Amino acid sequence: MRKKWLGLAAAGTSVAMLLSACGGGGGNGEGGGDYSVDNSAISSIVDQSKEQGGTLKLAHSDQFDSLDPGNTYYAANWDFTRLYARTLVTYPQKPGDKGQEPIPDLATDLGEVSDDGLTWTYTLKKGLKFQDGSKITSEDVKYAIARSNFAPEVLNKGPNYFFQLLDAGDYKGPYKDDNLDNFTGVTTPDDRTIKFHLKKPFAEFDYLAAMPQTSPVPADADTGTQYQTNVVSTGPYKFESEWTPGQTLTLVRNEHYDPSTDPLTRNRPDKIQVQWKQEENDRDKRLINGDLHVDVAGLGVEASARQDILRNEDLRANADNPQTGFLLYFAINPNVEPFDKKACREAVLYGADKTAMQGAWGGTIAGDIATNMLPPSIKGYKPIDPYGTKGQKGSKKKVEAALKECGMPDGFSTNISYRSDRDKEKKTAEALQQALQQYGIKTDLKGYPAGTYTSEQAGSPEFVHREELGIIAYGWGADWPSGYGFLSQIMHGDSIKPAGNSNLSELDDPEVNKLLDESVQTEDPAARAEIYAEVNQLAMESATFLPYLNQKALLYRPEELSNVYFSEAYKMYDYSALGLEQ
Amino acid sequence: MIRYIFRRLAAGVVLLLVVTMVVFAIFFLVPRLAGIDSDGLAARYIGKSPSPEAIAAVKERLNLDEPITVQYWEFVSGLVMGQEYDSGTDIIHCDAPCFGYSFKTNTEVWPQLLERLPVTGSLAIGAAVIWLVAGVSIGVLSALRRGSLLDRAAMMTALAGVSLPIFFTGLVSLALLSYYWPIFPPGGSYTDFTENPLAWAHGLVLPWVTLAFLYAAMYARLTRAGMLDTMGEDFIRTARAKGLPERTVVTKHGLRAALTPIITIFGLDFGLMLGGAVLTESTFSLPGLGKFAVDAIRGSDLPVVLGVTMFTAVFVVIANLVVDVLYAWVDPRVRVGA
Repeated sequence: MRKKWLGLAAAGTSVAMLLSACGGGGGNGEGGGDYSVDNSAISSIVDQSKEQGGTLKLAHSDQFDSLDPGNTYYAANWDFTRLYARTLVTYPQKPGDKGQEPIPDLATDLGEVSDDGLTWTYTLKKGLKFQDGSKITSEDVKYAIARSNFAPEVLNKGPNYFFQLLDAGDYKGPYKDDNLDNFTGVTTPDDRTIKFHLKKPFAEFDYLAAMPQTSPVPADADTGTQYQTNVVSTGPYKFESEWTPGQTLTLVRNEHYDPSTDPLTRNRPDKIQVQWKQEENDRDKRLINGDLHVDVAGLGVEASARQDILRNEDLRANADNPQTGFLLYFAINPNVEPFDKKACREAVLYGADKTAMQGAWGGTIAGDIATNMLPPSIKGYKPIDPYGTKGQKGSKKKVEAALKECGMPDGFSTNISYRSDRDKEKKTAEALQQALQQYGIKTDLKGYPAGTYTSEQAGSPEFVHREELGIIAYGWGADWPSGYGFLSQIMHGDSIKPAGNSNLSELDDPEVNKLLDESVQTEDPAARAEIYAEVNQLAMESATFLPYLNQKALLYRPEELSNVYFSEAYKMYDYSALGLEQ
Repeated sequence: MIRYIFRRLAAGVVLLLVVTMVVFAIFFLVPRLAGIDSDGLAARYIGKSPSPEAIAAVKERLNLDEPITVQYWEFVSGLVMGQEYDSGTDIIHCDAPCFGYSFKTNTEVWPQLLERLPVTGSLAIGAAVIWLVAGVSIGVLSALRRGSLLDRAAMMTALAGVSLPIFFTGLVSLALLSYYWPIFPPGGSYTDFTENPLAWAHGLVLPWVTLAFLYAAMYARLTRAGMLDTMGEDFIRTARAKGLPERTVVTKHGLRAALTPIITIFGLDFGLMLGGAVLTESTFSLPGLGKFAVDAIRGSDLPVVLGVTMFTAVFVVIANLVVDVLYAWVDPRVRVGA
């Protein structure tokens, strides 16, 4: 009965929201109230239970880029694939910082690195089997790396770190060259040993080994782009039947999975179902109502459900509001005039009103104001704020001084780009526009579709220069929980690309490049963290980044769920740990 | 009559060709005119961080460095003659009519369209029956009892129906009739008719009623206006003067004439709806053509957008043809081929 009333309250608030077309307000919380949610699952495992059984129901407002572990690039999918695709290395089922320290999964230990740092060796555990009962061998891991990284003509959705790092000559991938022996980047001296041969040392290799791309694939079962319809399981669950993209995915128990080989407990539900393309507001209501257990995208509930949750004490008791590890920022492009002058960039940094930008996203519930380019959860983070202003509202005095130094005391004109179909990003761009306007910095807002923003507009330096996009709205999350995983793609000079570019500031600072290169050759994690702190400092001093929000998500966990905790590795609930109260 | 139908079909084929040109131009020509190069276009089909190698591979596969006319020809010839795609380990034969291959989901478009058609068809047919029966009946009754309490109440309701957007009525009906009183299943609960007809109907009641509420309202107003006009015509007076019963005058003479514009609009509405009732499908998370199209547009998935557009265009052409033929049957004043 209680649920009924919660449902009605939720419905009522939603209707009120729709009627008033009320978006996120400023203040301390969404809608202006000062609410705090339970947050238990951030620091502890909620409802720990050993119970097994039931059907875990998940829903996605879109769908994963691919269910093929070798062809995906989204954290939610990397979290989810662990249910059917075990990897050499994984992350422990622990809340907090401990949850982002790699541990061996299919491998007996973490990688053993050679003295020259160029060879990483892993040994497979005994007794590992595919879903058909056949033995998993080192050759299957080698094949998985070959197909996922060396065949961009077939599989191109995932990252290609192995392609960049492995010393594989001009190997053309398994679809063009069917002799796997020609792939010298990985060798397999025996059935259980896998050696990765690198072009240069890479101290964070264990993080790469935790990517789904290291999940073994039997060569004779590989169907290229179609493999996602029938992935051969190495984990506790397997596809119930051949999957058609867009249709409900059902995972059932894999009888050849041996839990004694697994460092994690990831076999609690009997069955797992995922529905795709579910309308967001309806998905949230079903979550609150208990008809669904998890929003698998892990991005948090929408504005309407946010209101419902924040205004209801019972719902707040089942909600968490963690930082997502996603940093929202504006890139300031030094190749667009007048930002070739550092002082002009500084004028923008000093003029920004970050509280207004935070308000545009929905207040403190949507994120904490960011003052530098490293999220707090990443080692090496220091609370530096080189362009801080009082109350983060901007400083007239500093802007005027910067404009004077820039040689444009009366201000200048530039453009701000944003993703037109992302309402909050648009509102943020407007907030920046208004803040800068008072100092004579006139900006035109240029919106582009999110679907092509990185591929064709903001991610194309040529387009950015031609259209004079001086200030570019963007956001970034780490590929793995380290400074290199976060920073390299957005500030290493080598990452600047003609299309699909993520280094939108086009930062190509030799010192930053050198430090980032050094970091991954440094074995001591503490020393690496110091390097990341230094890179962060240098990047901020370049005045090409305007970070404004460490994004937070409002996650809801229905009461039926057990073993719920927020994974710092994936920045969402750990789907492998979830169970259901029977 | 046969010649007329063939002429209309030929015009339909030309229309479809134009549709392909327009959609193709939107996706491939307009970006080029806006200064997007082939690298940028190729990057659309790759994941979050496209490598130069992946971009080169996609450019080669999609002929993106070829002139736009060659690319268009490849598409149209593929549509008519079928195409082949390399999955890495096999060659996928996309038989004609090959509506393309989605590089986003690595699936052929045509089977997906066929898969979603029953959902959209179920929604459209059920809703159409409700809105036609309800809309026309209410419209006729309102016209015959003009100014009565029934007329006013019906027109007030109709005004509400026309004014309230589908996502509003849909969400409210879900909130009340699914979450508060769990009479109907929640969104995303589509069961195939062949699997369980009762569950199929049960799951579609709310979408049907939501969609029909909007259209019934429009049709009620249209029917009322048409009936009021028709009932004042001379031939109605003549029919009454001949001593025909009022029921015959209304149904056989009045309604038949008033229905002509309704049928025209119904043909268009129904044809368009078979191409996807976008808002209803999105609100109720129904995996139909409309939602498919919206998701494809969001993801810049050209082959899917083209596929749904062509599919919709086919339905509109066919629906128009059927309407034109029905004209002659419903209203003797209309002569085909005139």
